[in-house]
Amino acid sequence: MDSATSEPRTTSAPRTTSETRTPLDASADNGLKIVIVGGFGAGKTTMVRSVSEIRPLNTEETMTRAGEAVDDVSGVRGKTATTVAFDFGRITLDSHNVLYLFGAPGQERFWFLWDRLFSGTLGAVVLVDTRRIDDSWYAIDRLEKHGTPFIVACNDFGGPAFTPEQIREALDLDPHVPLVTCDARSRESSKLVLITLVEHIRALYADLSRAPRQELV
Amino acid sequence: MSRPGRDDAPDRLYTLTQGRSRSGPDNPFDLVTLVVAECDPVPGMQSEHAAILRLTGRPAAVVEIAAELELPVSITRILLSDLLAAGRVSARHPRKAAVPDPDILEQVLVGLRNL
Repeated sequence: MDSATSEPRTTSAPRTTSETRTPLDASADNGLKIVIVGGFGAGKTTMVRSVSEIRPLNTEETMTRAGEAVDDVSGVRGKTATTVAFDFGRITLDSHNVLYLFGAPGQERFWFLWDRLFSGTLGAVVLVDTRRIDDSWYAIDRLEKHGTPFIVACNDFGGPAFTPEQIREALDLDPHVPLVTCDARSRESSKLVLITLVEHIRALYADLSRAPRQELV
Repeated sequence: MSRPGRDDAPDRLYTLTQGRSRSGPDNPFDLVTLVVAECDPVPGMQSEHAAILRLTGRPAAVVEIAAELELPVSITRILLSDLLAAGRVSARHPRKAAVPDPDILEQVLVGLRNL
């Protein structure tokens, strides 16, 4: 079957031309993942944009409720399929390592996707809008259960200031989980959030490697 | 009948993959597997395959290819596995380990600090 007649929409989109794409080094061979989770409007895409070397791109995945990729046409029509869109950006770390940042919705109804889409992620940033702290409970609960290392970053929207203690209490946050305040619009601030996460991951695994053997993930 | 997602998408997508939509556990492509073209597009090639080869002259992640083609990730994986089976692309998979390699974590930190 020839699909050449169904012209991909991309042909007219200027960003798909090779002139506007920023290619990776030919030597790049190791893709890494960090996920930024947050409620609607918490600033996920803003943070991705702040640190990404490419304009954030958007893609989607279609899944059935069972969490399986859809099977066939009849499967799509018979079951409740959900399309989830997510943004991502990219940071070239060195000639081999490329870090991809994914902005992902933290709401309960999207989590059935996570195991498939984000397996193997280094860790996660839970981006919190302190005006809507409740939005983050579910994400934190799932990350804890899944054993994914994470930190919490409060995006400063200039609302009423809460002390770190108040936020920890509101989120019922484990004392070992780093909590930082950030401005997702700022490249430097977003960069510090990522550094805090990776330092946390490093410390976590260093502790584990000293401790008796433990199952991870 | 209610259709999932964007209204006209499913039929077009299944046409692209000859009806297949499962990119199941046997599909080796991770979201961040880096794909590199091993040949140039040739006339008569499925247009999406040709587009992938044009995008991967230099390494590109599966998720980037999906975004550029405006196709769902699962469909992109199927197209990629066809190209891989035909030897037209190669795949650089992420180094997976139960525990991240401390050297890699250090490299990530150095890279981030140098931003």
